[in-house]
Amino acid sequence: MSTRPALPPGIRSWTDGRVLPAAQQKYELIVLGCSMGGMSAMEQIFSVLPADFPVPIVVAQHRYRTSGEALPSFLRRHSKLNVVDALDKQWVHPGNVYLAPADYHLLVDRDGELSLSVDAAVAYSRPSIDVLFESAADAYLAGTVAVVLTGANADGARGAKRIKERGGFVVVQDPQTAESPEMPSAAIAATRVDRILPLNRIGPFLVELCRNSG
Amino acid sequence: MANTQAAILDEQAKADLEQIEVGLLTEGIYQHYGFDFRDYSLPSLRRRIWKRVYAEGLSTISGLIEKVLHDPQSMERLLLDLSVNTTAMFRDPTFYLAFRRKVVPMLRTYPFVRIWHAGCSTGEEVYSMAILLHEEGLYDRCRIYATDINEAVLQKAKSGIFPLSTMQENTSNYITGGGTGTFSDYYTARYDYAIFRPSLRENVVFAQHNLVTDASFNHFNVIFCRNVLIYFNNALQDRVQQLFLQSMEMFGILGLGKKESIKYTTVSENYDEVDAEERLYRRVR
Repeated sequence: MSTRPALPPGIRSWTDGRVLPAAQQKYELIVLGCSMGGMSAMEQIFSVLPADFPVPIVVAQHRYRTSGEALPSFLRRHSKLNVVDALDKQWVHPGNVYLAPADYHLLVDRDGELSLSVDAAVAYSRPSIDVLFESAADAYLAGTVAVVLTGANADGARGAKRIKERGGFVVVQDPQTAESPEMPSAAIAATRVDRILPLNRIGPFLVELCRNSG
Repeated sequence: MANTQAAILDEQAKADLEQIEVGLLTEGIYQHYGFDFRDYSLPSLRRRIWKRVYAEGLSTISGLIEKVLHDPQSMERLLLDLSVNTTAMFRDPTFYLAFRRKVVPMLRTYPFVRIWHAGCSTGEEVYSMAILLHEEGLYDRCRIYATDINEAVLQKAKSGIFPLSTMQENTSNYITGGGTGTFSDYYTARYDYAIFRPSLRENVVFAQHNLVTDASFNHFNVIFCRNVLIYFNNALQDRVQQLFLQSMEMFGILGLGKKESIKYTTVSENYDEVDAEERLYRRVR
């Protein structure tokens, strides 16, 4: 009996080694959602991504409404990517991570333009992961990759479902490796996600998945 | 694989069709009712429209077009969805702190100060500014013009009555924002509401004004427009910034929302930064 490799080379099928269509897709945007425990989870993922990572990343993390520069500057120190709080009508570019600012929803438009909103909180959250994910699904369709990480509520599940409906790719942190398992579990329950991975595999997987993008 | 490709094209066609429907809806509303949402930023606009589609028991944006064009009451409801921005007293307290420290000293040198609060919504930030100016001893020589597109929220703003449940957050914002008094002195609690002192709106004029379609109506020493422009696309943001510039005295102060920048607009050359982080700018040309 052969042992299963730790990570298949490329995005290949576990069974016959065939390269999956997912790897041939060019991805244009990664959206990432997390809540409780998200800071160290993101640190672990971003520390793996190279400076020339070809796809821009947009993040909705639940944070306190007066949370300021501390979060982006912490993540910047642990990443080769440039991590910033998003500004309204800013364009996304590869090599950057854009965080939803405290007390704003963050949405993306078709041409890669970021938009903020102060509409009411969705499921007690502003920023809301669902709001970001749904806007990405509408704007980027099959070019979207969603990543759902640790969190103590179900935000992101609806958004992940929409992204699947529109042909995008959804990666979820294995709830067993999550500081709070509710958020990844809710996403897994809401839709047929493409990958459930332990936290330490997500970074390397994204590098493989986006190899042909950009 | 062919199937996947077809599915992707199908989703693209659906998304394109939705964009056409949004365009038809905003064009119809503009031609029939005169409200101009055609240059609103699409992601938020789409979200707000769908919210109304479902609330009316419909399943498509096309359905909503028929409904709002033939039923003015449903248009009223959509108008609320499209134009109400949530806010809080002393939202972004550090903005108010910076205003106290860096702008108030300039205003002290003026005999009279005209302030335009554009897009004031339910008025929380208007009362915040009135409190700040009162504490700095400037309120008596200030006049605040507080405007919004939406008559319903202006009525709320005029009443000065806000939910008591928000006062804890408001109080903490007030303190962080440099408040020098006791916040509860400014309101009376009754049942579930906080009723603010009427003297706070003695020098406030509430009026309907549409940033998209109405012209400049005065010259101002200070213009606030916080978290309103985020709902507009680039072209409309530029137009409204030109309107502010026309309405701004030389050396007047522009205050935007925490994550709004004039960097991406055509007026960036006309302003110097007073506090870049807090989005306080001063007209210099």
